[in-house]
Amino acid sequence: MSSAKTLYDKLWERRCVKTYDDGMSLIYIDRHIVHEVSSAQAFEGLRAENRKPWRLSSIIATPDHNVPTTNRAAGIAGIEDETSRIQVKTLDDNCNAFDVPQFQLTDIRQGIVHVIAPEQGLTLPGTTVVCGDSHTATHGAFAALGVGIGTSEVEHVLATQCLLQRKAKNLLIEVNGELSFGVTAKDVVLYVIGQIGTAGGTGFTIEFAGSAVRGLTMEGRMSLCNMAIEAGARAGLVAYDQVTEDYIEGRPYAPKGDEWQQAISIWKDLHSDDGAIFDIEYRFNAADIKPQVSWGTSPEMVTAVDTCVPDPKDFGTKAVDYQNALNYMGLKAGQAISDIYLDRIFIGSCTNSRIEDIRAVAKVVNGKKVAKSITQAMVVPGSGLVKQQAEKEGLDKIILDAGFEWREPGCSMCLAMNADRLMAKEHCASTSNRNFEGRQGSGGRTHLVSPAMAAAAAIAGHFVDITQGGI
Amino acid sequence: MQAFTSHTGKVLPFDRNNVDTDAILPKQYLKSISKFGYGDWLFDDFRYLDEGSVTTDIKTRRINPDFILNKPEYQGASILLARDNFGCGSSREHAAWAFRDYGIRALIAPSFADIFYNNCNKNGILPITLSEAIVDDLFERCTAADDLVLSIDLEKCEVHLGDEKIASFTMDEGRRQNLLQGKDDIALTLAHSDAIHNFEDLLEEREPWLFKKIEV
Ligand code: SF4
Repeated sequence: MSSAKTLYDKLWERRCVKTYDDGMSLIYIDRHIVHEVSSAQAFEGLRAENRKPWRLSSIIATPDHNVPTTNRAAGIAGIEDETSRIQVKTLDDNCNAFDVPQFQLTDIRQGIVHVIAPEQGLTLPGTTVVCGDSHTATHGAFAALGVGIGTSEVEHVLATQCLLQRKAKNLLIEVNGELSFGVTAKDVVLYVIGQIGTAGGTGFTIEFAGSAVRGLTMEGRMSLCNMAIEAGARAGLVAYDQVTEDYIEGRPYAPKGDEWQQAISIWKDLHSDDGAIFDIEYRFNAADIKPQVSWGTSPEMVTAVDTCVPDPKDFGTKAVDYQNALNYMGLKAGQAISDIYLDRIFIGSCTNSRIEDIRAVAKVVNGKKVAKSITQAMVVPGSGLVKQQAEKEGLDKIILDAGFEWREPGCSMCLAMNADRLMAKEHCASTSNRNFEGRQGSGGRTHLVSPAMAAAAAIAGHFVDITQGGI
Repeated sequence: MQAFTSHTGKVLPFDRNNVDTDAILPKQYLKSISKFGYGDWLFDDFRYLDEGSVTTDIKTRRINPDFILNKPEYQGASILLARDNFGCGSSREHAAWAFRDYGIRALIAPSFADIFYNNCNKNGILPITLSEAIVDDLFERCTAADDLVLSIDLEKCEVHLGDEKIASFTMDEGRRQNLLQGKDDIALTLAHSDAIHNFEDLLEEREPWLFKKIEV
């Protein structure tokens, strides 16, 4: 069937305003999420040219990257670090000056950009979502086209409501079968990146499909799409289905009443047609996926928890990079992953800070104590509303009793712009998405894992094979 | 934006795969709300032995003499030769600003991460994708001679070493024109305001809930 289209083709067509002769297109943007770190220079640009945001109802702003995760009662004035305070204040000033809606630091709806928009029903199927942040891919979990953009593009979208883009190619990643006990969406995506490499998706939009993906909750699908960027793709997608619908229904900005019915009829076509052609297709078996732990300084440097740190010599042209990574991480080829001892535990980030993640952590640590050898273990909820929900369920108490810190929402140690960070040489089990050198603090050593694995590692003091019970 | 028509400059060979934007410009500098002044912080973690911040006086920093940017023979280099997947990771445009402010006008690599590639384009920096074989060859030539000077011609889309043509390259025509003319994308897009308005009106009719005011 020649007219068969991929989900990405459909999303693109629905929002393509115009295609230029050279193949670049103007894509209409439905939702623009703005935060303090990538917007100041964009607003400055608008001011310099005497321009205004095109459509205020498309924008939601919130501070998240550079906010403290303690002592938040005093709002912006309470931010100790002066440059951080100025940056958050600048966002606030810009929102006031341009009438941009903002969930302020003290608003219960404040949180990580990629957590709050889905939570409010501001991310909807069939739409285009941009944010000056590469993990905008997260929103693809809703069969929406979410793309991360740079600051010049933030300014472009503010001024024109459009993004200038060339259509990417289609890449299909199918994961079929049932995930084993203790294996989560995070393990699936780390495994996939380990298989296709961090440049495997460059130039593509990835659609995640197959029965194992269908079986994931929306939280799981968000974790999956979130890391499409770590596979090199600017966007990741999951088709619309009942799971999507159930998640959205009743959220503050979801359509209601007649509009809800109208929306569903528009959304139900948001899947790849039978016979749609992808430029590349990969198929994986869910049963082959074990809980994953990254051992190096790139998300593709990842392996199953019950294996050993690989030998760089086995990686051909990449051997030098892999050896450098081992040196940085202070690990030796052949060392068992379960022999990696941790100094800090970070549970949070736009990959894994949603209520389901917090529940998974509480389940593992319930009645147990963080190992004495751990310097610090913290849980940073993704939004004020996630935090509130967790507290309503008593999860904060379980987590605090186990010896974790329970923080205010923000990006926190995911990128360590605020005070939450690793010291040089410290090993951290982190539920975030990047293990680059220095990402979580200069000289810090990040191991990317699922929330359950991070929690289990906090209790044991080292990584453990959580498929063998004990969680 | 500074236009790019042609450029001749010294090559800085940066022999590493998957160089990410965290490495190009570490996060502490994302606290700056300025669009300029990032040049001294380019590759900060590698370049200095101490930790800096937005407010640290650069003259007090301890320089890492072993890092390539600090080697006397590479001072004034304006073309960066790089490896695969260059600029991966965070979307921070600050990484492109750091190159621009340091004085890098062009980057050559077998592949670039998508967002970084765009960010370069929007700041008058030309990212050139060349085959792995050509890039390998250029790295070898850099090892043989400390000061490899290349000429890049964006009109002809060619890279030259003296009289020798090293390679031709391709890039999106619209992007090429913008770079050649140093033009602002926004003005160009706003020339299509009517088309955008028409599109928007139809969309609002079909999906009115997307236009609801957000209450704060
Ligand atoms: S949590 Fe980390 S990856 Fe996500 S938006 Fe914040 S800094 Fe970026």
